[in-house]
Order: sequence, then C-alpha cells, then structure tokens
Amino acid sequence: MNTQTTYNYKVVRQFAIMTIVWGIVGMLVGVVIAAQLVWPQLNFDLPWLTYSRLRPLHTNAVIFAFGGSALFATSYYVVQRTCQTRLFSDGLAAFTFWGWTAVILLAAISLPLGITSSKEYAELEWPIDLLIAVVWVSYAIVFFGTILKRKVKHLYVANWFYGAFILTVAVLHIVNSAALPVSLTKSYSVYPGAIDAMVQWWYGHNAVGFFLTAGFLGMMYYFVPKQANRPIYSYRLSVVHFWALISTYMWAGPHHLHYTALPDWTQSLGMVFSLILLAPSWGGMINGIMTLSGAWHKLRTDPILKFLIVSLSFYGMSTFEGPMMSIKTVNALSHYTDWTIGHVHAGALGWVAMISIGAIYFLVPKLFGREQMYSLKLIEWHFWMSTIGVVLYIVAMWIAGIMQGLMWRAVNADGTLTYSFVETLQAMYPYYFVRFLGGLIFLLGMFVMAYNVIKTVSGQRAVDAPVPQTA
Amino acid sequence: MSNDISFSSDFWSWWIIVLTLGNIAFCWWLIVWTMKKRGGEAATGDVTGHTWDESLQEYNNPLPRWWLWLFYITMVFGVVYLLLYPGLGKFPGLLGWTGTGQYEQEMDRAEAQYGPIFAAYASRDIEDLARDSEALQVGQRLFTNYCATCHGADAGGGNGFPRLSDDDWLWGGSPEAIKTSILDGRQGIMPAWGEALGEQGVEEVTAYVLSLNGREADPRLAQAGKARFDTMCVACHGMDGKGNQALGAPNLTNNTWLYGGSPGAVRQSIVQGRRGNMPAHRDFLGEDKAHVLAAYIYSLSQ
Repeated sequence: MNTQTTYNYKVVRQFAIMTIVWGIVGMLVGVVIAAQLVWPQLNFDLPWLTYSRLRPLHTNAVIFAFGGSALFATSYYVVQRTCQTRLFSDGLAAFTFWGWTAVILLAAISLPLGITSSKEYAELEWPIDLLIAVVWVSYAIVFFGTILKRKVKHLYVANWFYGAFILTVAVLHIVNSAALPVSLTKSYSVYPGAIDAMVQWWYGHNAVGFFLTAGFLGMMYYFVPKQANRPIYSYRLSVVHFWALISTYMWAGPHHLHYTALPDWTQSLGMVFSLILLAPSWGGMINGIMTLSGAWHKLRTDPILKFLIVSLSFYGMSTFEGPMMSIKTVNALSHYTDWTIGHVHAGALGWVAMISIGAIYFLVPKLFGREQMYSLKLIEWHFWMSTIGVVLYIVAMWIAGIMQGLMWRAVNADGTLTYSFVETLQAMYPYYFVRFLGGLIFLLGMFVMAYNVIKTVSGQRAVDAPVPQTA
Repeated sequence: MSNDISFSSDFWSWWIIVLTLGNIAFCWWLIVWTMKKRGGEAATGDVTGHTWDESLQEYNNPLPRWWLWLFYITMVFGVVYLLLYPGLGKFPGLLGWTGTGQYEQEMDRAEAQYGPIFAAYASRDIEDLARDSEALQVGQRLFTNYCATCHGADAGGGNGFPRLSDDDWLWGGSPEAIKTSILDGRQGIMPAWGEALGEQGVEEVTAYVLSLNGREADPRLAQAGKARFDTMCVACHGMDGKGNQALGAPNLTNNTWLYGGSPGAVRQSIVQGRRGNMPAHRDFLGEDKAHVLAAYIYSLSQ
C-alpha cells in the first residue's frame, strides 16, 4: 500500500470499533448500577461490585472510553479529509490508540479495586493521569500537525471545535490532576478545601463543555452536512457561537457549588455565565438542524440522519435545561436530586451517544469498503430503542428529582421536616425502576448496532481511501 | 462567606472585574464584527465559496434574529445581576446581599415562627411532656430526622449505636441525663487490652464476661478471667461488672451488647477497644428542641 496517497483509516477503524465495544461495556455497567439502586442486593456483598466503585467505572467508561473513542475516530477522519492530507504521524496516531486503550484497561482494574483520587470524573490515580497526559499531548501533535500540513487554505469549522476540545482538555486534565503522590496508588490533591472544590468543578464542567460539547460539535459540523448533503446553514453563526461558547464556558463551573463555602462572587459569576452560555450553545443546534432546511423529507427515510438530528434536539434541550438549573433559586430545588442525573443523561445519551452512533454508522461502511450498512432497518430499530430509552430515563429522573427536592424542603407546622431521608428514598423506587428500564432499552439498542456492524464488516477488507490530488 | 477575605489584594479583584466584563464585551463585539458586510463576500443566502472534502460548504446566512435577541437579553441580564449582587471582585453589589446574610435572615424568620412552639414545650417538665401525645409527635419527627440515621427509626439501635427503647442506659436514663447526652454528646472509650492481656488473658477475660451473662463458657478459663477482670476492668465496669453510668461503661451482666455479644465480638472489644461517639447537638438543635426530643426518648423506655 502506498501510504503517500491514502488517508490513514487504520486508526479510525480501531477507534470506531472500540467506540461500540466501550459503549456496550460502559452502558452495561450503568444498567448494573441503575439496577443496584432498585435491588441493592445486586452488589452480592462483594466490595468490587459496590455502587461506589462501579459508578466511577461507569462514568469513566462512557465519557472517556466510549465518548473518547468516538472523538478520536471522528476527529482523525475529519481532520484528514477536510485538510486533504494524511495524518501527521502514523506512529504517534497508533500510540494514541494503544495508549488510550491502556488507560481504559487500567481504569477498569483500578476503580473496582477502590483505587481513586476521589475527584469526580477524574478518579484515576496519578500514574494513570501521567499516561493520559502523554497520550493527550501525542493526540494534539497528530491533530495540529495534520492541520499544519493541510492542502487546503481555509480551516473547516469542525476542526476549530476539535482543536479547542483537544487543547482545553489538556489544560483541564493537567491542572485538575495536580497531586502529591504518597504511594503508587495514592495521592493527595495540591489544592486545599474550597479551592480544591472550585478547581474540581472548573474541570468538571469544562469536561462537559469541551469534551462532551465542543468535541461533539466538531463531529456534528462534519457528519450532519455530509449525511444531509446540504451546506452548513450559516458560516457567521458558526463564528459567533464558537468563540462565544469557548470563552463563556470557562466560567460556568461554580454553578455546581451554589450555596456552599464557595465565595458569593464566584457563585454569581458561575450563574451569570451559565445563562449567557445559552445562546452560544444553541448556535450549534440551529446550525445543525437548519442545515436540513429544504431537505426535511430525508428524515423520513434516513435513520442515520434521524440519529444526528434527534441528537441535536436533545442537545438543545439539555443546553436550555442547564442554564435554568444554574439559576440559584432553581438550583436550591434541583441540587443533589436525581434531576441532575436526568439532565446529564439527556446530554450523555441523547446528545453524545446518539450523535456518535450516527457518525459511526456513517463511517463503518466507508472504512470497510461498502456502500452502506448491512441493514438500514436495524438502524431504524436502534434509533427507536435509543429514543425511547432516553425519554424513559429523563422523564423518570425529572419526576424523581423534583419530587425529592419538594419532599426534602417540606416542613410541618412546627418547622420540623415532613419527610425523613429514607421516606424520600422509598418514594423513588418506581422511578428508579423506569430509569433502569430506559437504560436497559438503550443498551439493547447498542447490541443491535454491534450485530449490524459485525454483519457489515465481516468478510470485508479494510479500505483506505486515496487522498485526492490538490487542484 | 465574606467577600473580602477571598481577595488577597485589589489586583485580583480588578483581575476578576476586567476578565468578567471583558468577556461579556467580547461576545457583544463578536456579534457586531460578524454581522458586518465585507466587500467581495458572497450574497446572503449563497454559499461562501469554500469547499472541503468534495461537498462540504457553508451558507452566508445572517445570524437568526430571535437568537440574537436571546443572546442580548442574557448579556444584559448578566450585567444587571452583577451590579445588584456580589460578583465583580470586591464590589458587594448594590443590594448588599450576601449568602451568609440570607441564611441568617431565614434562620431568624424560622426562629420567630417556630421558636415559641418549642419555648412553650421547654417550660414544662420532661416527664410531663412524655405524657403529652402532641409533644411526643413533635419529638418523634425530630427523632426521625436527627437520630434515626444511627439509632434506627424504631430507636432499636444497631452495632455501635445504643438501643434507646429499652431500660439499659450507658449514661443514665433520667430525663436530665438523656437531655445532656443530646446537648453535649458523649464519648465512650474502651481502651484496647489485647497487648496487656496477651492471647491467653484475652481468652480468659472473654470467658469470664460471657459467664457473667449466664452464657456458656469454659469454667476454668472464666475463673482465671475473673482474677484479671478484678484488676484490669473493675475501675470502669465495677466489681460486679454492672458498669458505671458516670463513665458510660456498659453493664456487662444483662446480655445486652453495644458492639455484639458473640464470643468473637466480645473478644474484639477487649483486644482492640471501642470508641463510641455521640455528637453534641447544642449548637445545632438548641435547648428547647433537645428538651422535646429528650421527652420522646424518655417516653420510649417508660
């Protein structure tokens, strides 16, 4: 094979396949812990299977293993094709795949063993953190190196978003993970008290903003216009919402710490910028959905487009819900309730997972030399299972969350609390069951996808598309 | 939290102010700059002229008007909010609002509304309240929220947490003793005797303690254990092993166990010691509520 004239699809294929594998693993763990909330005995009295250890395993697996693989696969594909050049370094790209796989495997071992830094969404201990940093810097070199050697003058909008995501996540990870190691498996954060909490949520919310939003907007800006075969709705809108999004997102973290020991001014800034963030977030949704204007009929027949467009609807919904929940008076009710969990999953399942699934369905046939997926009908099935699963999940958590918030604040005529904590927990059971059911349906959809992908690629030879000659 | 102490100097206050307002101003400028028409650009509704990957293009459409309004409104709201509330560095906001202030206000309001109810209860004897079904209902609600987590909803206790519904008291079961336990907490410390006793000694004392409760134990071991008990344990648990409420030392003769009564659990208590901690609630609940709560708990053992 002449590597000079083809795109590097090998690393894309690897990450694309692992997206499905890690998706199934991560969501399976999610379904298990959802079941544990209904049937606590499901931890079988084994420390490795307790909720407290599996929950970080679930979040790490879906965000960084599933979401991360989808971002690696699509960004490598998109940056090559829109820059019309092969990846900057095949060796370094291969290193990012094997390095990332090693990180995931180490997480899968260390978290159930109870080895944790106890920082949310950054639970992995310092040796793994170091490996992540090395892999991430390599990723940045491959990505930006490819951009530097591009054969086209202008940089396509998808690459702005991927680029911002890669740069920012590097900064977030390194700053938040700064720790003093005391042994191979234990370290202490370098930040004290309230500052540590602030750094943690500066990281945590920007992980949502840059990993789960900017990165996937990059995905959206390539796969939506490609699949719809229509131009992006507005170039101007993409400029405004890109710069506004990445500058205002940075401030939003303190809304996770309303009514805590964090200084008042910090909480105010978190709330104000979360509200200002609404329009920049919606810019991406408008640009994606309006790209389809004039071609709405395609939604009837194209299940991949359904995934992409419905994911944008969930994106719009959760980026509206987020700013509302950041308002201090709303937060006083919603904070610490399952409403937050529902909100996260509207974003994680509805937006992140569904757009990734759409993008992978787009990619797989192209990476394995086929016209299209083995069965469009199965994609259609997958689409409806995903949609029903997410809706069940979110609705159950809305009801549960608001109910919790109201029960927690209810007082009797003598000022005592009306409900004890256990009573509020008892009231959650039906909704926890519906949530489990929603998650299960979503997971089953992933198995449908795996079957469809196996049928598509089996017997096929991997295909690397040629790089077109520049005019 | 007071805003003053979070800034070590005026520099950092200005740093926040400039970055905050600068970011909002940047967004505003961004809109204006992007809306500008430039010579030679594509007409509105046309593609910009760039193509990527064979088919990717972009329309040169204007920013949607309703979206722009949404953006403007949130920015104006943001600036107004930051003028009214703390946010811009050390500037406290025109309303003078603080989180601590709001908390204190709400607590004062609650005190004004509910304080008299509890003050009325507090003026009566605990024994008297313990016969008043209305007062007991209030007490039970307090118990469910503040005590049940450790002592159980039925006050039945658990391993390490005493049962409050029987007549066996570590620190005394009089109304006043119960109230003191709630208000000031209790620290029950059983030292670790494993090293001092040695393996054989531990076996012997364990056997003796079990025998005190009429439980099955090797009489030879128990006999040897008694000698050790009489030198090492009597200071707290007494010659007869019936304990001492002044020290919170449990009665070891009534087969009621705080940390489990199996031979293994008794052995563990002797070897490793135990450390019981009932937290103080004086600052949190106040005297009047503790009074009603004491009445409820007292009633459980009557």
